[in-house]
Amino acid sequence: MASTETSAVKDGDTKGTAGGVRSGGDLAGLEAGLDALETVQTGRTPFRETFVRKIVPPLVAVALVLVVWQALVSFKIVDDPSKLPSPGAVWGEIEDAWLQGTLLDYIWTSVSRGLFGFLFALVIGTPLGLLVARVRFVRAAIGPILSGLQSLPSVAWVPPAVIWLGLNDQMMYAVILLGAVPSIANGLVSGVDQVPPLFLRAGRTLGATGLRGTWHIVMPAALPGYVAGLKQGWAFSWRSLMAAEIIAQHPDLGTGLGQLLENGRNSSSMSMVFLAILLILVVGIAIDLLIFSPLERWVLRSRGLLVKS
Amino acid sequence: MATSTLAKAAEGGAGTATVRHAARIEHVSKSFNGPAGQQHVLDDISLDVAPGEFVTLLGASGCGKSTLLNLVAGLDAPSSGSITTDGRPALMFQEHALFPWLTAGKNIELALKLRGVPKNERRGRAEELLELVRLGGAHGKRVHELSGGMRQRVALARALAQESKLLLMDEPFAALDAITRDVLHDELTRIWRETNLSVLFVTHNVREAVRLAERVVLLSSRPGRIAREWRVDIPQPRRIEDTAVAELSVEITEQLRGEIRRHGQH
Repeated sequence: MASTETSAVKDGDTKGTAGGVRSGGDLAGLEAGLDALETVQTGRTPFRETFVRKIVPPLVAVALVLVVWQALVSFKIVDDPSKLPSPGAVWGEIEDAWLQGTLLDYIWTSVSRGLFGFLFALVIGTPLGLLVARVRFVRAAIGPILSGLQSLPSVAWVPPAVIWLGLNDQMMYAVILLGAVPSIANGLVSGVDQVPPLFLRAGRTLGATGLRGTWHIVMPAALPGYVAGLKQGWAFSWRSLMAAEIIAQHPDLGTGLGQLLENGRNSSSMSMVFLAILLILVVGIAIDLLIFSPLERWVLRSRGLLVKS
Repeated sequence: MATSTLAKAAEGGAGTATVRHAARIEHVSKSFNGPAGQQHVLDDISLDVAPGEFVTLLGASGCGKSTLLNLVAGLDAPSSGSITTDGRPALMFQEHALFPWLTAGKNIELALKLRGVPKNERRGRAEELLELVRLGGAHGKRVHELSGGMRQRVALARALAQESKLLLMDEPFAALDAITRDVLHDELTRIWRETNLSVLFVTHNVREAVRLAERVVLLSSRPGRIAREWRVDIPQPRRIEDTAVAELSVEITEQLRGEIRRHGQH
């Protein structure tokens, strides 16, 4: 029985169908048809559509704000340049700073601090998040504290950091870390918590246990939550840094955007204050748009999680 | 059967007297501590799966068939009794369980990597496995770009990549439409006959059980016990609409209904 049946299969495969038996070729054709019918066609949206739907609306909003701002000044609704400078005055401030070559210095001083601090927070927050997510005792011990720290305004860390570390860069980094590490760690924890148990079971049957399971299954599966945590972590880094720069003034620290804002207040130059606020906002948005949004979109798109509206 | 010659070759043909089993389940019981007190899910199950054999476990919901499969897979431990398998079994789920952060091919390559296959062999081996499930050229496809049937075929290829002697399948085709399921039955039968794989296949679909298996094992519910076994001597390849398949299905369904009815009487 065994031998006859084996040969029957071989005959079927090579010579085609015989007497009601579905041959290999027949099955392959049927399958190809089913695959073609059921395959989802995904394509990228054309640039024109992206432009109209994603880029035009924010530009319109910004233009509207500028128009209202100009109108407030032109029609003397707010007739006090020390309260509300004209858009032109702020633009002049930007031009001056650019021509003096200090504009990029301000930005770079803060951005380099912010990014370096953020990377440092990443290095600490990632293993910390993994430990909290995977080790039950650690989670019970410091999980609630970590969540609580997220709601503590990081500006509260500036006075103790100044007392402990003095007026220097270390103090800035300490404040950034205390602001960003909880966000990054918590993002990873919630990412790990949302990993479907099915993936863990599938991983275990494939032999991914222990550290191999963490590396090959848990970490990649938790990536969407982790990236969301990074995004928030950056926002917290940037905010913490600005708080630290506004409060901590020292010639050795150089002039970052926070110091620029405080200098503007000290010299009663509202246009400089506006310039500083504008730059802080623009840098925050730019880093998010250039680094974190593309990262997040890539992670979601590659998993088919990016729903096109 | 077709695979018995291959299985003998695998044993080395030295004429060893010891009968090896792909899986041997001996007096296995399993109970969980639920909110309603202790719950006996499985009661004294003994079942052998011979090398190259295709066994389906059939039962109504609550018979613990998935629990039994988890025990055999080593994902959970029995309360009493013992389970031995010939190496670590591969497991396929009702959901494809493919990792969405990897392409179809990389999913298979991960299984190969975790088994210790050297890096330079993985790509070629993954292509071969995709060819086997007739998905050659799908290596770079993302999981969400594949249809339900294609996903289950990739999942099958990934399970085969483990080169386990035993493949456990937990209602792998239950979520598919009838035509796709029918096609995958043919594919599974073909692949099973081309390899010396043993299969333990869980389902609640009687016709599917008869269509695929050499042996159908019916489990009763709460607690799960082996109620009856049937040998299926209908020659392969079978079709789900074959009269012989239908006749045996009617007989098994009667018995299954009887098992379910018993629960209403208490």
